[in-house]
Amino acid sequence: MKNNSYLVEVKDVVKYFPLQFGLLKRKVLNIKAVDKVSFSIKSGETLGLVGESGCGKTTIGRCVLRLYDLTAGKIYFNGEDTTVLEGKRLRQIRRDMQLIFQDPYASLDPRMTVGDIIGEPLLVHNLVKGNEYKEQAKEMMKLVELDSNMSNRYPHEFSGGQRQRIGIARALATRPKFIVCDEPVSALDVSIQAQVIKLLTRLKEELNLTYLFIAHDLSVVRYISDRVAVMYLGKIMEITDSAALYANPLHPYTQALLSAVPIPDPEIDRHRIRILLPGDVPSPLLPPTGCRFHTRCRLAIPKCKEEEPQLRDLGNEHWVACHLA
Amino acid sequence: MMETLLEVKDLRTYFYISQGELRAVDGLSYTVKKGEFVALVGESACGKSVSALSIMRLIPNPPGIIVGGEIIFDGKDLLKVKEGEMRSIRGNRIAMIFQEPMTSLNPVLTIGRQIAESLELHRGFDKESALEEAVRLLKLVGIPDAERRINQYPYQFSGGMQQRIMISMALSCDPALLIADEPTTSVDVTVQAQLMELINNLRAEFGMAVVLITHNLGVVARHADHVVVMYAGRLMESGPTDAIYSNPRHPYTMGLIASVPRLDLPRDRSLHVIPGLPPDLTQLPRDICAFAPRCQFRDKRCTEARPELEQVGDEHYTACFRHNEIETLVGHESEK
Repeated sequence: MKNNSYLVEVKDVVKYFPLQFGLLKRKVLNIKAVDKVSFSIKSGETLGLVGESGCGKTTIGRCVLRLYDLTAGKIYFNGEDTTVLEGKRLRQIRRDMQLIFQDPYASLDPRMTVGDIIGEPLLVHNLVKGNEYKEQAKEMMKLVELDSNMSNRYPHEFSGGQRQRIGIARALATRPKFIVCDEPVSALDVSIQAQVIKLLTRLKEELNLTYLFIAHDLSVVRYISDRVAVMYLGKIMEITDSAALYANPLHPYTQALLSAVPIPDPEIDRHRIRILLPGDVPSPLLPPTGCRFHTRCRLAIPKCKEEEPQLRDLGNEHWVACHLA
Repeated sequence: MMETLLEVKDLRTYFYISQGELRAVDGLSYTVKKGEFVALVGESACGKSVSALSIMRLIPNPPGIIVGGEIIFDGKDLLKVKEGEMRSIRGNRIAMIFQEPMTSLNPVLTIGRQIAESLELHRGFDKESALEEAVRLLKLVGIPDAERRINQYPYQFSGGMQQRIMISMALSCDPALLIADEPTTSVDVTVQAQLMELINNLRAEFGMAVVLITHNLGVVARHADHVVVMYAGRLMESGPTDAIYSNPRHPYTMGLIASVPRLDLPRDRSLHVIPGLPPDLTQLPRDICAFAPRCQFRDKRCTEARPELEQVGDEHYTACFRHNEIETLVGHESEK
């Protein structure tokens, strides 16, 4: 594989979830979870995907892994169009892409031992014979700093942070190239959160991984990402490298999001400008016309209501979807 | 000097479970002045919620018992008043809101009905005027189109709006103290900012005191006057917000603050990691510092006795044997 080439390319991806209602369930409304989203991730890079609940960030992650079939658009993994893959080839490619879930309590089978949980992907993909998976599972446990003597225990015997490590070990078992981390630290306490972030960073370096890091916490995303995309109601509002986004956010939504995150230092926080967004996120069933953010934007002009802004490159790969930027 | 509203003294709430005695809250003391904003900070299972439920006397018994301490509210020890009197204090003088608004609201009653209920019970409104008052309260917490929306059910509101409804119910009796148990944990940052701003504005308007239970050190820095840091059921440090952040005197507080990823510091700053895990509260020895096993500065004393609370500044207390040396110790650490 070429160096620095794109490992994942997402092109104009649309994912609607039909909502059927009415007599005989014939009327259909579409929940526009993801609406024409494009981005790409270089090999070895971490792309952070942030946004509030319901903005479509998890849906995108699942589309990339092809856990959902797309409504429209294309996704390329390592140059190969994954949207048309079937059968054996699809299974092969899935070995290279894995998922870490948010809730370490819900994503582990309580009736399986930790060794079996971590080894299961190896069995599913026929990568080992017989009981070899047990040894490999122990290796994986060491890799994520868990005591490998505990491989015969059950998930309930572990704390939240340790369970998240089990989830990470399972994702690593098939030696993937690419991992979608879907809010991997949001359910954890701060002191444990820091441990897991460090672990993910270390693993990325050691195993040359590529991450799509989905989170709602902007400070966590900043810490781990090379580039960051901000989503709102199924659309990307702004995408650029991490330093530029945090130092110089150009979209009013990004600005509001950043100002809503309090800084744990009263002296500094007191002197920050706060932009309070009015109201709630509108329903993705009937998203606002024009710019989807215009209903809550403090800078909105009539044009925002009528015409949808496209992502434009404002220099140095800083893409923004705003008429005023 | 502001008047003291609530004084928690050496509160101890234990649970008796099959694994033995679990000391969920073990010697917690703090005071809340009239109109003050106090934050109770700590990680999961550090006893912050149990301590709040103890104030309300809502600890399920069995398995929980408040085994000792005093909770002086308005000059009265709440642990000694009769259940009938407690009932008139609960919801009336001290109100409480919780993390998941959806589980606190009754899904089969309209919002108007639910708000009106407490007005009728506590404040003697009749049905009609209670509904009028409910509309006024909903407007106060920023719910648009309140006249129409009182006839809607909880599921028709978003999480942020549901929490606003909970706040309006809490305000209905004009309480002297609002206990907010992780009120913004299940909502997005922008909504969190809205809700915290709302709570803080209402506090100023009504002159009520707020006890905020949270694990979010950012929210604390932004809103609280006074911070109480808990770990493993015990009080580690308490003091004015500025002092806690600029001059923390307990290794746990320092570690906690340093392990938060921050937007304002250089990105390549290495994140502080507190090694290890919080202790199992049924196994934790009584006579050691609860944080000692994870503390990078522990010495012999820390595992031989439990540190007493010592005053280290104006209203600033810490329970650490080495609080005087910490600054120099940290200096050495960063030189390395």
